[in-house]
Amino acid sequence: MTIAKTLAAIAAGIVVICVSGTAWAALGHPEPWQMNLQDAATPVAEGIRWLHNVLLWIISLITAFVMGLMLYVMVRFNAKANPVPSRTTHNTLVEVLWTIIPILILVFILVPSLRLLYLERDIPKADMTIKVIGNPSWNWTYEYPDLGLNDDKTAKVSFTAYLKPREEAAKENVPYLLATDVPVVVPVNKTVKLIVTSDPEGIIHAWTIPSFGVKIDAIPGRLNEDWFRATKEGTYYGQCSELCGKEHAFMPIEVHVVSQPDFDAWAAKVQTASAEEARDYLFAMLKAQGQLAKN
Amino acid sequence: MSHVTAAHGHDDHQDHPTGWKRYVYSTNHKDIGTMYLWFAIIAGLLGGFLSVMMRIELAEPGIQIFHGLANMVYGAGCDLAKPDACDAGKHMYNVFVTGHALLMIFFMVMPAMIGGYGNWFVPLMIGAPDMAFPRMNNVSFWLLPPALGLLLISMFVEGPSGGFGAGGGWTIYPPLSTTGQPGPAMDFVILALHLAGASSILGAINFITTIFNMRAPGMTLHKMPLFVWSILVTVFLLLLSLPVLAGAITMLLTDRNFGTSFFVAAKGGDPILFQHLFWFFGHPEVYILILPGFGIVSQIVSTFSKKPVFGYLGMAYAMVSIGVVGFVVWAHHMYTVGMDADTQAYFVAATMIIAVPTGVKIFSWIATMWGGSIEFKTPMLWALGFIFLFTIGGVTCVVLANAGVDRSLHDTYYVVAHFHYVLSLGAVFAVFGAWYYWFPKMTGYMYNETIGKLHFWVTFVGVNILFFPQHFLGLAGMPRRYIDYPEVFAGWNQISSYGSYLSALGTLIFLYGVFSAYARKVPAGDNPWGEGATTLEWTLSSPPPFHQFSTLPVIK
Repeated sequence: MTIAKTLAAIAAGIVVICVSGTAWAALGHPEPWQMNLQDAATPVAEGIRWLHNVLLWIISLITAFVMGLMLYVMVRFNAKANPVPSRTTHNTLVEVLWTIIPILILVFILVPSLRLLYLERDIPKADMTIKVIGNPSWNWTYEYPDLGLNDDKTAKVSFTAYLKPREEAAKENVPYLLATDVPVVVPVNKTVKLIVTSDPEGIIHAWTIPSFGVKIDAIPGRLNEDWFRATKEGTYYGQCSELCGKEHAFMPIEVHVVSQPDFDAWAAKVQTASAEEARDYLFAMLKAQGQLAKN
Repeated sequence: MSHVTAAHGHDDHQDHPTGWKRYVYSTNHKDIGTMYLWFAIIAGLLGGFLSVMMRIELAEPGIQIFHGLANMVYGAGCDLAKPDACDAGKHMYNVFVTGHALLMIFFMVMPAMIGGYGNWFVPLMIGAPDMAFPRMNNVSFWLLPPALGLLLISMFVEGPSGGFGAGGGWTIYPPLSTTGQPGPAMDFVILALHLAGASSILGAINFITTIFNMRAPGMTLHKMPLFVWSILVTVFLLLLSLPVLAGAITMLLTDRNFGTSFFVAAKGGDPILFQHLFWFFGHPEVYILILPGFGIVSQIVSTFSKKPVFGYLGMAYAMVSIGVVGFVVWAHHMYTVGMDADTQAYFVAATMIIAVPTGVKIFSWIATMWGGSIEFKTPMLWALGFIFLFTIGGVTCVVLANAGVDRSLHDTYYVVAHFHYVLSLGAVFAVFGAWYYWFPKMTGYMYNETIGKLHFWVTFVGVNILFFPQHFLGLAGMPRRYIDYPEVFAGWNQISSYGSYLSALGTLIFLYGVFSAYARKVPAGDNPWGEGATTLEWTLSSPPPFHQFSTLPVIK
């Protein structure tokens, strides 16, 4: 029975995913039984969603076409229905067609695909910069060089975000393995440039926020660049996406996109107080505005 | 098994040893092929066991079994009440991920397809008495058991401090595979790959020489069966790509043990160099795994449709072009390492080109069946399953090829679903299809058709339940190689695990089928498949004589 139910669920799933590209997707975090990409919060993620949905239609139609041909062949040309096989081994027209048509489909895909690629990788002029460092101890350090530099040119605002332990996550009703103790805070509608690297003695990690359409490796000895421009306020989660050892599944990423005034208030606080105090200050402020309810 | 050649005085050396000497000293391509197949079955069972353990772990969020496993196997002393704190268990999961991949790739699919079926049927299909270098053939096989031994030993020696085994994934990227795991486990893995690689290179040289020089009179390249073509292309890929892997892992070995810094950023090296070298091997490697499957499916489809292959030359040269283009697309595995946009654009375009010859193959198989008189014997079921499931795996390749979309899907379960659809549901289906197709020829016994079909259907349903939901997990953002995941991913993971158990049941049915075929000994006859089976192996007895084609066949 389980098998039948599962098969039915999968069949229903395929139908649903083809009918609606937005089955149970949410902004900033995954949902139970989700079947498609998370909702988009940046122009890049919008582009990814759009292109993926186009591709999903194309590949679904191709798969259905191949399955249809196979079913037809199995019914029409099985040994009972067609006892005497033909000897046909060539048909120049269909051979040319099944070479040319796929090429045309691929060219059709390539144009928007490359446009999206250059949107992702041509990094626009930044409003602010955040440096992201993957640590060998399986957590992320964030630096805000725009909020002031020390005498040795290191950023004044620098904090490390750790996994929020299971009990605390349960108590605060935030998702375990996605939530961190202190979040990254960025203003809405501002172009944020990321400079991503790893500890020179460390290992490779990858920083990602699915709803931003950002995924970039943190590599020892390299400064990788990426960017996002979040257009919707909210809480966004991601997880390390390059195998990095035993705690690979336990180094989440949490970003809060807030209004410019809220960000300024947080920035002023974090320059003088600890990241935890700035977090509490920000959350109290957001709660007062009624924004943090759904977390 | 008396043979006709005894009459010739100069053939006296062909009086083969018996007992264990027959196999250990073997220079006979059929005996060596048989050993490869049994080796592949054993490695496949080991790799399958690791994967089922992973699926049991992932059936629910939280860490279920690996802390207990670590206590049991390594005496790790994990507190079972606090699984989140058990380092040995978490590392052990990564060791299973790594071991599963290496076992399945290097010790199951490659030995089965190239060493097993290639050894058995390339000489038979081209009308040759044996392989060109029979002793080298023996060395090729006997390098593999020590390689497997090294890999298995690696799982029980220290990797990172406090953990056992190498947990870097089959991609063994540094620095995780160098400073990340200083213990000897990774050295064992590297040496296992060296041995397996040397084995494959020797095999490749043997196949190339055999196919180019030992074809029967009249068997021109353009008359060779497509399976022989597929092996020819595959062994060229092996010969050209494996030395690159050997170089890369040798550099890894010296970085680890002799103070070099090829991949050490702090000393002027570059970890990304390893990724380029690895994937320059690794991408051709995935075609090495699937191309013999293309050849096998062509033979099966043609046999059971009772029709010659449609568009033979197009089929042969589609494989050649897949092989050639397969060498210039490697960095599509590395879209997120920070390559500039123009480089990524090239790899997008080059990768998508491969869809064209692949499409030619899919449509040519359907055209081969078109107008045929199809019999749905067990091998044909596996071949049909292959065509359909490989199509699904192929179209998700077109999605992943786009660097723009891959930004979201890279290193997620979408990739896991994709490559299992082409390999676990593609290559492995071809391996099973070939098993049922050639089992009567190799052993002289007919398998039980009912058990064969049951094996197919249970596996077909099982692997689809197993891997289809992983597309959804990947789209939703679940990264791969995770021992634990946020609770929202629980639903699809649970279903996926059910599929894994069902597939494991399928494997048991397979083993029972093999057992029952040997127990019942139903004679198969020289050609159990009838008029559709036109290649040379069906002109011989089942099993074929110890030495065949003492008089070379002449192909018209």
